[in-house]
Order: sequence, then structure tokens, then C-alpha cells
Amino acid sequence: MSEIDTSGGGGGKGDGKVRSKKASTRIDMTPMVDLGFLLITFFILATTLSKPSSMTLNVPDKTKTEETEPIKASNVMTIFLGKDNKAHYIFGKAANEDPEVKTVGYGYDLRKAIQEEARKVPADKFVIVIKPTKESTYRNMVDILDEMAITKTKRYALVDELTADEKALIKDKLKLDV
Amino acid sequence: MDMTAMVDVAFLLLTFFILTAQFRAQDAAAIETPSSISGIKVPDKDIMTISLSKEGNVYFGIDNQQKRLDMLDNFAAANGLSFTDKEKKAFSLLSSFGMPKTQLKAFLNLDPEKRNAYKQPGIPTDSTGAGAANELKDWVFNARKANNDLRIALKGDNLAKFPNFKNVLSTLQAQNINKFNLITGTEAPPAGWTAD
Repeated sequence: MSEIDTSGGGGGKGDGKVRSKKASTRIDMTPMVDLGFLLITFFILATTLSKPSSMTLNVPDKTKTEETEPIKASNVMTIFLGKDNKAHYIFGKAANEDPEVKTVGYGYDLRKAIQEEARKVPADKFVIVIKPTKESTYRNMVDILDEMAITKTKRYALVDELTADEKALIKDKLKLDV
Repeated sequence: MDMTAMVDVAFLLLTFFILTAQFRAQDAAAIETPSSISGIKVPDKDIMTISLSKEGNVYFGIDNQQKRLDMLDNFAAANGLSFTDKEKKAFSLLSSFGMPKTQLKAFLNLDPEKRNAYKQPGIPTDSTGAGAANELKDWVFNARKANNDLRIALKGDNLAKFPNFKNVLSTLQAQNINKFNLITGTEAPPAGWTAD
């Protein structure tokens, strides 16, 4: 495979003179090359070339309470993160006003739903409230935060407490006990 | 056949990979992170990683070995514990760990092979974030005492339940840490999407 010509020069002169055989200056590199490729393979497999990315999450300071203008329910889309990778949302009505609960999967369906609801109100008024239930997973939360980035929703809040009305609504409409 | 050119290229590649290699640290638990479109890279240094496994166990680690020792000293002093030099050495080599403080000493005295195979139960947390049984808050506090520039990265498993994540979140919020990085894989944004 990796033979290297070691015959040296001067084979063709048949004049009977005794010549000392010339030592070749070439060496057999096969083992070195083998080792080199072994190391390359090792380093290729052991390195992590693609570094993971990170998304920043800022949460409000718990020690400070700021008085802000109350948000009208008609501008709010509340998304509940349910179990089995399903999201449920209500829009335009508070939980005690018998709103219609729609269920979507994560990804395209959810993105379309957000964009549809966002069109119904002025862009600076639209607010999304994200309420993860105890059945939801970390992945669901990252997915929904990612949707916020994709749909460029500027005003959203991650709220981990469900109100009594919301609990009743979910239990009533979705048969989910949260 | 003249292999010189091939060997040259091979060794060039070898040099490249040796120089750019960053070895994967051995983690206390295997964690599969979700992916996001965020393109921000995780910082290289001064980073505190809080990992959440799919069972809901919490693991903790900081990147700098010297700071790990400082953190352990601070933690030991605050909790009335003491560690021998051998235990400290073993601790400084852990990139992340998840042991309650009562079992930490015994864990550090295990043989390295046994220690790697040991299933760590995770650091205790609670839902208020400031309870007496919450040890994560002590580690976070002492780590920040050892290195004030630490940034916080949360690394959760796809299947970790939200309440476990909430416990970690409230532990951090109770110490007035309100900004963190969530470590995620990278995925391509939808077609036509541009960052602002």
C-alpha cells in the first residue's frame, strides 16, 4: 500500500565493478502515518465544534413592586402549557367570562395562532401571558419563549401561578386537573 | 507511491484539531437540551451551570477549578463542615455535582471509578427558594462569593417538569438574580425570519 522505492540508484551499470550498496535515505513512513490518522480520528470525534447557543431570560425583580396600568383582557392572549406537548389558549376574555379554549400543538400551529390573534389588536397593546402548568415540561417552556422571539412579540410575561378561575376553566373545558 | 503530500495534509489537520480541541467535561447526568433559534453563544468563562435532569434532579457546577476550591471553602465555613486536602482535590475536578451536603464528604472519598458510576441524587431545592432545606441557594451564594463575575446558565432536559424548573428559578430570584441564560441547542429559524 505505502511502499516507498528503496532501490536507490545505479542498478543499470553492468560493468563488473563491485560497488558498495548505497543506503537509502528514505524511510518507511507507514507506522507514522497510521498513528497520525488515528490521532486525527480521535480529535475529530472528541471535539465539540458546534457550541450550544443560549437564550437570555430576564425575570422581574421580586423585591420591587411597580404600579403599572392594568391590562385589558381584550388585548391579552393567555397560553396554558398543558400536558402531552399541547398548548391551550384563550384570547380576548378573562377566564371567568367563559372564553373559548383552543388547543394547538407547538411549532407551526401555535405560531399561526399567535400571529392571527396579534392581528386583531393594535401591535403595541397585544400582550401574551404564558402560564405553564405542572404537567408541562421545560422543553415546552423553551419552545414558547422561542415562539415569542420568532413572532417578535415584545410584550409577554411568564406567570407560574394559575388563578382559581383559570384552574376551574381548564378543569371544566379540558378535563385537566392542574 | 509518493505519500508526502497526503501526510503533510494529515498532520496539518492533526495540528488544527489538537489546537482547537476543547474536551467535553464529564457531567453528572446526561442532559438533552431543547433547541431554539437564538444565536447567542454561551460565554467561555466565568460561568455557573445549573443543570436539571429529566428526573428533576439539580446539578451544580462552575467552570474554574481554583474558584471551585474557594467555593467549597466558603460553603464548608458557612455550614460548619471541613474537608481534607484529598477531598478538596477530588472536588476541584468535578465539573458538576449533585450531592446533598450530608453525603458530599463520603462521595468525595470514593474511588474515581466508583464516583463516576455513582448515581447522584441532586442538590435539594424547594419551592420558596429560601427555605432551610434548600442547599442550592447556599451553593449559588458561595459560588458568587468566590467569583463575583459569574454568569448563570440553566441547562434543562427536554423532559424535566416545569415545577422543578420553577424551584430553581425561585431559588435564584430569592437572591435577586433576575437574568440568566438558558442553554439550548441551535435550530434554524423559519424561512424568511430575520433578527431585529
